[in-house]
Amino acid sequence: MTQPAGWWRRDKEGTGIWPHRGKVAITGWGQSPVDRRWDGVSMDKTLGAYAMYAAKMALDDAGLKPEDVDGLICCPDSMAGATGGSSAVWAPRPYFEAPYDSEDGLTIVTGGWLQKNMPGLTNLKYNPEQVPAIGEQMGMAAQAVAEGLCQVALVVYTAGNLQGRYRMGGENAGDTVSGNAQWTSVYGQAGLGYTTTGVMQEYCQKYGTTWDDVLAPVVVNEHINGLMHEWSYYTLHEPYALTIEDYKASRFVTYPMRLFDNDRPVNAVGAFIFTTAERAKDMKQKPVYVLNHTGGGGGPLRSSAPTLVEMESWVDRAARMGYEGSGLKPSDVDIFNPYDGYSPFLPISLESFQWKGAKKGDAKDFFNGDITVHGPFPHCSGGGNLGVGRTRTAMYIDGIEQLRGMAGERQVTTRAETAICAFAPGGSAAYLYLSNDITS
Amino acid sequence: MPKPIPVPDELSKPFWDAANEGRLVIHHCKDCDTLQHPPRPRCRDCGSENLEWKEVSGKGRISTCMVIDDGRIGRMHPDQPFNLATIILDEDPRVNMYSNIPGVPVRQAPEGAAVEVFFEEVSPTQKVPEWRLVG
Ligand SMILES: [Zn+2]
Repeated sequence: MTQPAGWWRRDKEGTGIWPHRGKVAITGWGQSPVDRRWDGVSMDKTLGAYAMYAAKMALDDAGLKPEDVDGLICCPDSMAGATGGSSAVWAPRPYFEAPYDSEDGLTIVTGGWLQKNMPGLTNLKYNPEQVPAIGEQMGMAAQAVAEGLCQVALVVYTAGNLQGRYRMGGENAGDTVSGNAQWTSVYGQAGLGYTTTGVMQEYCQKYGTTWDDVLAPVVVNEHINGLMHEWSYYTLHEPYALTIEDYKASRFVTYPMRLFDNDRPVNAVGAFIFTTAERAKDMKQKPVYVLNHTGGGGGPLRSSAPTLVEMESWVDRAARMGYEGSGLKPSDVDIFNPYDGYSPFLPISLESFQWKGAKKGDAKDFFNGDITVHGPFPHCSGGGNLGVGRTRTAMYIDGIEQLRGMAGERQVTTRAETAICAFAPGGSAAYLYLSNDITS
Repeated sequence: MPKPIPVPDELSKPFWDAANEGRLVIHHCKDCDTLQHPPRPRCRDCGSENLEWKEVSGKGRISTCMVIDDGRIGRMHPDQPFNLATIILDEDPRVNMYSNIPGVPVRQAPEGAAVEVFFEEVSPTQKVPEWRLVG
């Protein structure tokens, strides 16, 4: 079956409540170990091996077998490679015995590869290609189940990292630049981290504050929360709490953006099970229902550099779309796990979503208040990418665990009935709205 | 300082040709009198294709300035750390361009300060706009 590109994407205002609100549920999650990089030789630590690990964990969590899965949504959009991730020259490489005889299974995982190599995935009727990254992938899964394309969807998100440094290959390593880069890279502006820094500088000017005053406390809090996942990169490899002093002593990447404002690239895979609310009733865990999902967002830049006004308008719009389709108001949202892959997204999303009543310019005071998981304003209780590494899964896993009441050490002491989760870099509108109660 | 060399395309060629002549030109919509940069096939505001290149004063001010301490552009690594400023044009503050503000030490570029354009050679056949403090 073929649908038009982006058929599943909910990216318009004024369309009312999502017609499938509460009719789809997440019933399982899984997460592989989180390594800094794939070493190029360990076959049990490839993205393919980790995809099977995470998928099995998610299925076990839901009480399902691979044979129960009829929809598989993999995102083979590799973060590794010349223009994406690490720039080391690693391909073409000498390959290995099947199934590791190409990049597929090593540094990307397509739906075809996983179907062929994961035992029991024999009943797939929906296995699309061209799947977006996890933010919109989660919405796509919800929509696919809602529309009956499949009954049990397995979402697999692969985050690859190899030797070498991020995005220093390709054109960035050359003498000439073309396309949009002729307006940016000529001066050294080479991506979202740079534009985000500029936007945050504008934020500090506009609201009369400083980078460290706004961001140090929220970054530190994320690291504390991240250490409360048993699987996070920092828990496994660097189990030390970050302090405000550590943050302020850290080196600059793009002054005033510091090292700890950037998420740590890792090699890991996460998996999630989506199914109908009806089938979810009989599964192992308490269902976490999908109230809405949104996608798209951002927009053509007015000029060379995005401005604070643009960024705020994009995220404001994402919030309006999400609240409209979910039927929630800001005061209804208990768990808030926005995207933090660069820390300056956090003040913007806090204020646009008006979480716990935050208004424009409030983030500094908010983040300097009690945002710990056991306090009244448990912001980013999942620790985000900054707290666990760039798996892009912590936001979703935490939302699910908090709503199940199974977040362990991280369980909030406030009400935990609704959650917003996101992988929404820049002006992206990729947010997911969850609830453990659809009776009201 | 060495910069990557822009490769003009059909749309941008007049901009880069003008830079070689020491002129800063910006895409202008004749229907709604809007300036837009970078150039686009259609007006960003009204969708018109009735666009021309308009020479501007080359006056602006620094909106923000960060420092590239650990950047991604290989050609510029030897010059790290260096400024990366956003300049907004006097003619229309919605039009912005990047600059390294040559000559201004890092972390000392005054936000809001007036700047003017000049043209820096990045290859024997290509100049690019750069900006310096006025006065
Ligand atoms: Zn126009």
